[in-house]
Amino acid sequence: MSNHDTGHEASNELVTHAPGTLPDKFEDPGHPEHHDRLGDLDPKANKKAERQVVVLFAISVLATIGFLVAYFAVPPGESVESMRLSNLLLGIGLALSLLGIGFAAVHWAKALMNDHEKSEERHLQRSDDDTRAAAVEVLKEGAADSAIGRRGVLQGAMISALALFPLAIIVPLIGNVGGDWNFSKFRHTMWKKGTRLTTDPTGRPIKAADVTIGSVFHIIPEGLEEEPHPLDEKAKAVVLLVRLDPSELKESEEKKSWSYNGIVAYSKICTHVGCPVALYEQQTHHLLCPCHQSTFDVSDGAKVVFGPAKRPLPQLPITVDDEGYLIAQSDFNEPVGPSYWERLVK
Amino acid sequence: MKALAARRQDRRAPIVLLLLALLLTGGLYAVLAPTSADAAPVKASTDDIATGEKLFQANCATCHGPSGSGTESAPSLIGVGAAAVDFQVGTGRMPMQMNGPQAQVKPVQFSQDQINQLAAFVASLGAGPAIPTPEQVDPALGDPATGMSIFRTNCAMCHNAIGAGGALSQGKFAPNLWATTPTHLYEAMLTGPQSMPVFNDANITPEEKRDIIAFIDQQGGASPGGLDLGALGPVSEGLWAWVVGMGLLIGAAVWIGAKSS
Repeated sequence: MSNHDTGHEASNELVTHAPGTLPDKFEDPGHPEHHDRLGDLDPKANKKAERQVVVLFAISVLATIGFLVAYFAVPPGESVESMRLSNLLLGIGLALSLLGIGFAAVHWAKALMNDHEKSEERHLQRSDDDTRAAAVEVLKEGAADSAIGRRGVLQGAMISALALFPLAIIVPLIGNVGGDWNFSKFRHTMWKKGTRLTTDPTGRPIKAADVTIGSVFHIIPEGLEEEPHPLDEKAKAVVLLVRLDPSELKESEEKKSWSYNGIVAYSKICTHVGCPVALYEQQTHHLLCPCHQSTFDVSDGAKVVFGPAKRPLPQLPITVDDEGYLIAQSDFNEPVGPSYWERLVK
Repeated sequence: MKALAARRQDRRAPIVLLLLALLLTGGLYAVLAPTSADAAPVKASTDDIATGEKLFQANCATCHGPSGSGTESAPSLIGVGAAAVDFQVGTGRMPMQMNGPQAQVKPVQFSQDQINQLAAFVASLGAGPAIPTPEQVDPALGDPATGMSIFRTNCAMCHNAIGAGGALSQGKFAPNLWATTPTHLYEAMLTGPQSMPVFNDANITPEEKRDIIAFIDQQGGASPGGLDLGALGPVSEGLWAWVVGMGLLIGAAVWIGAKSS
């Protein structure tokens, strides 16, 4: 039955070797024995497989007709529901019409076409010596013909052209990326002494008395919209304002004066990769980052209690002005955002 | 008219006039009188407070203390206001069914009248936010576009960009908002239940709260792209693509490679 016999008798028997008598090289076991398919032996089964292929093609035909009917009969319309129905019918029609053809073709090849295995011996990848020598000869001929060794000016011109060409790619690349070498802008935000804290996005100034315990205010600096690039500034300057019971607040000596009656303001930019940290749990005083679940303890200097962030959120020192509105004492005392920038500018 | 004029002297005329006058007064009262929801939080009678206290003693005092001042297992209710009671009891979160990371929504245990009486009692313990009027929470009066920008800054990080809800830490979660009534949405912002922070009227003004309610009112309809998989973003969609989608592809590859029997 097998047409791939290369001298090795296929054998399923297990050959055992005594310890220390293992052969140097295992023999090629050859192909497994050929089994006839049901369709090869029984014409009825063959007929059945043929019918299955026909059914698969028929499914494809029906689905294509269904797609066309749906395209004209169920337009997307204006409502969300009608759009969804239209998409659903078109999608099912397309899927079945293509899958029908694909499955029919594969089933046809597997069940009806012959299943004789054929072996093809691998040939050597290396060419024979004559071919290789001929190839080298062609190259040498070309080099001699161009006379590159003798024509020094030509050689120099070619090398110059090849060496200079990459500049056309590199110069704009460096120019665009590094056109602005002012790194200090990453170190500073638009907060400065006396800037009022206002609500995001409505821009109302906030009285300290309005920040009740348990409140969270999302803060932008006053005058943000007048900046030349408000979104660039906002991306660095957003702050989260929380009021805690002063007895629950743990503060280091140097940062005692940075809060006001239990009101603390922290940068909203995560120190991991800069997502806006804003999921505040009122009862645990934990602040969560939505991207990688870094968790900061607002009652304890926003120190990291969980997650990949490496350092606490920078705190904005705040106080109140004569009218009772909350203002910043100064800019942040460290760069906001991912730790990368802090290392770069130090 | 003549017939009417002739009957003016009839003995029954005063009775008819009296009936008409009564009808007019009643009609005017029905039109002009404040609706019950309007009046309930403002005009809680002493009766309501007394009934509310009885309800409180029977249902809440075990945890919150007989005077509502809290115990080790539950917070003080002095100063939480009627809005907090209407939210917690009106959504079934209170009375709490079991201990857990957070109180879960369950079938409401009291009638709205009883909730109002409980609210009146708790409000009498100390000043706190009142239950909003129907006008304050009417989505038709709010501006969904403004509501969206405020929702995006203040709410979306926990409740998801379209209010579908999301996970917090240690089993806590921010719930889906689509089925929450406008009044309960307003009260939640005002009182900050459980993990949620407080958003008082200086932070988000009453008009802005109504805008947010108008925005949420627009969410939660049919999803244009078919299954929304909980609207939870890349986690559920990725799971679907990797497990179901790639599972089918691997299955098809195995079938193509297998020998026909």
